[in-house]
Amino acid sequence: MLEINNLEAGIDNKEILKGLCLKINPGEVHAIMGPNGSGKSTLSNILSGKKGYEIKGDVKFENSNLLDLEIEERAHKGIFLAFQYPLEIPGVNTNNFLKTSLNAVKKAKGEKELDAIEFLKLVKEKSAQLKFDQNILSRQLNVGFSGGEKKKNEILQMSILNPKLSILDETDSGLDIDALKIVSDGVNSLRNTNNSFLIITHYQRLLNYIKPDFVHVLKDGKIIKTGNFELALELEKQGYESL
Amino acid sequence: MRDKQIEDLKEYKYGFTTDIENIRAPKGLNEEVIKFISKIKKEPDWMLDWRLKAFERLKNLKEPNWQKPKYPKINYQDLYYYSAPKSASDKPKSLDELDPKLLETYQKLGIPLQEQKRLNGIAVDAVFDSVSVATTFKDKLTEKGIIFCSMSEAIQKHPELVKKYLGSVIPVTDHYFATLNSAVFTDGSFVYIPEGVRCPMELSTYFRINASETGQFERTLIIADKGSYVSYLEGCTAPMRDENQLHAANVELVALDDAEIKYSTVQNWYPGDKDGKGGIYNFVTKRGLCKGVNSKISWTQVETGSAITWKYPSCILQGDNSVGEFYSIAITNNHQKADTGTKMIHIGKNTKSKIISKGISAGYADNTYRGLVDIFPKAKNARNFTQCDSLLMGNKCGAHTVPYIKNRNSDSNIEHEATTSKISEEQLYYCQQRGLNSEEAVGLIVNGFCKEVLQQLPMEFAVEAQKLVGISLEGSVG
Repeated sequence: MLEINNLEAGIDNKEILKGLCLKINPGEVHAIMGPNGSGKSTLSNILSGKKGYEIKGDVKFENSNLLDLEIEERAHKGIFLAFQYPLEIPGVNTNNFLKTSLNAVKKAKGEKELDAIEFLKLVKEKSAQLKFDQNILSRQLNVGFSGGEKKKNEILQMSILNPKLSILDETDSGLDIDALKIVSDGVNSLRNTNNSFLIITHYQRLLNYIKPDFVHVLKDGKIIKTGNFELALELEKQGYESL
Repeated sequence: MRDKQIEDLKEYKYGFTTDIENIRAPKGLNEEVIKFISKIKKEPDWMLDWRLKAFERLKNLKEPNWQKPKYPKINYQDLYYYSAPKSASDKPKSLDELDPKLLETYQKLGIPLQEQKRLNGIAVDAVFDSVSVATTFKDKLTEKGIIFCSMSEAIQKHPELVKKYLGSVIPVTDHYFATLNSAVFTDGSFVYIPEGVRCPMELSTYFRINASETGQFERTLIIADKGSYVSYLEGCTAPMRDENQLHAANVELVALDDAEIKYSTVQNWYPGDKDGKGGIYNFVTKRGLCKGVNSKISWTQVETGSAITWKYPSCILQGDNSVGEFYSIAITNNHQKADTGTKMIHIGKNTKSKIISKGISAGYADNTYRGLVDIFPKAKNARNFTQCDSLLMGNKCGAHTVPYIKNRNSDSNIEHEATTSKISEEQLYYCQQRGLNSEEAVGLIVNGFCKEVLQQLPMEFAVEAQKLVGISLEGSVG
């Protein structure tokens, strides 16, 4: 599904990623761990198409050259980024944003757009699945949301858009145990043989709830070690310095 | 491919002309032209005298020049002051009799009259160039005693009302453009809502400039008698032109005891091309008089067009407990300029006013909010709340807020809030990651910014206005 070869990326003449390689197959859950400044967020930004980076290398996503696509085209193809810091957009109703977003993706795929009633039904169903308080949907997008509400909102958006590849950028940061569990349950309920996940995190904690198939350690802009869940446990005990 | 599409969208969507022969007064501003206008409209003598009085006054007036947007000197002798679609000299009795070309124009504008008649329940008094050519839903209104007709017709058929109220809110001597309008106005809408009547539908007029080098001098008068209510919609688009065109309309509203007038505008005159060439000068005088106790006048405007927009829809709160409201969205892109706001004149006791202004600047545009809150000594317990928000896109545009506040008694309460913000790259990125392209993302964010004002618009208009907000800013990012 996703194949990254020798990805190099920098910003303002500062090299961040230095030859990163990663392959993700359909249905797999990959976790990327690493110390601060190792390039984790840069990777998620580059995969989602954020502007401002100098990029070399090759990223294939389902036969298309990902780096050639606009941000929204990547979203249309099924890439979703759960933001570490979801943005506030005053005056824009959350429900309306979700509907606009879903219909933009559907339109790009040539599918029939949902009308208000169909959409409400879908939102209701998904919110119930995620034990998500529907009151949030009538509020302005992320405005005045708690940290936990913002993250849950990201997961709800993810479940409604039903992407092929979901990138979770430090979704666990700032979450209490209860919220962490709800977010993890949400992710787990979306796991199936077609959908893949790339989970970026500092801590092993999240991986207790979302069991990854692979754990990668990112350091100095490269993946220096790959293993299974055991690697995460090992890191938690010994820290990144030991590698 | 994408760039090409955006480039195409940037071109003014309503830039076309309709090929209808015009009846025109000769160029120039003089007594002969005014007499010509009065004669072709078969006006009574008192009307001609009124016009000539205004013209006499005009000779001693100078154009104001305190506004922020400057413009090249207008040669008033080089303009046409009257032009009418030829088919209008023999007024049609029904839509079927209209010039097919005219109907076609409305179709292009997305205003199919028949459709509107059938679907929307909106009575349309459409102004094409300067003469009203279609008035619908008359019967239903007549039943309630409501008068909704062209100003020309009102002068003929309801002289007592016109004599009493025309110029009662904007005196003929007011200021240069208002006085000019009084001398040469061609047509416009007249509305009278009788005592205790709630107008059963939104009344609507679409304005359109069509002939080149034509000053557009509309005159609108709305009177809401005691205890009545009316909601009036005004929307306009104009074809592509190279010369600058002057538009100096006058709109007067009068609300008697317990009456309410809601006046909504979507203004989309040709703004000039992306280099600032051409475009309409929209110098309009709009003023409402809350004459009676407990009366209310509410202005809502969405200003997206024109090269220069210069207007201050105002409320004179004369009756005790009267209420004035002003909700405004002013969008300027490319080289557009706007200097707009309101005046709230508190004269009566317990008068209240509310001002919500949203200014959006993109490209090289310049956007000024200018407003006056004036509380008279006898306006005990008057209250005003003002909120002015500016949104900037890019770093070459400007936003200015110039509030004037005069409080002349100690029992009044005035609040003023102002913010300036920018659309952040991060917000755009977030929206795009959810599948919206950059134009859609900007449209969404800006609509959110304007929400408080858009909510004030009647439903049919709100949808149109939301689209317009997006269209106006196309090409402003990227």
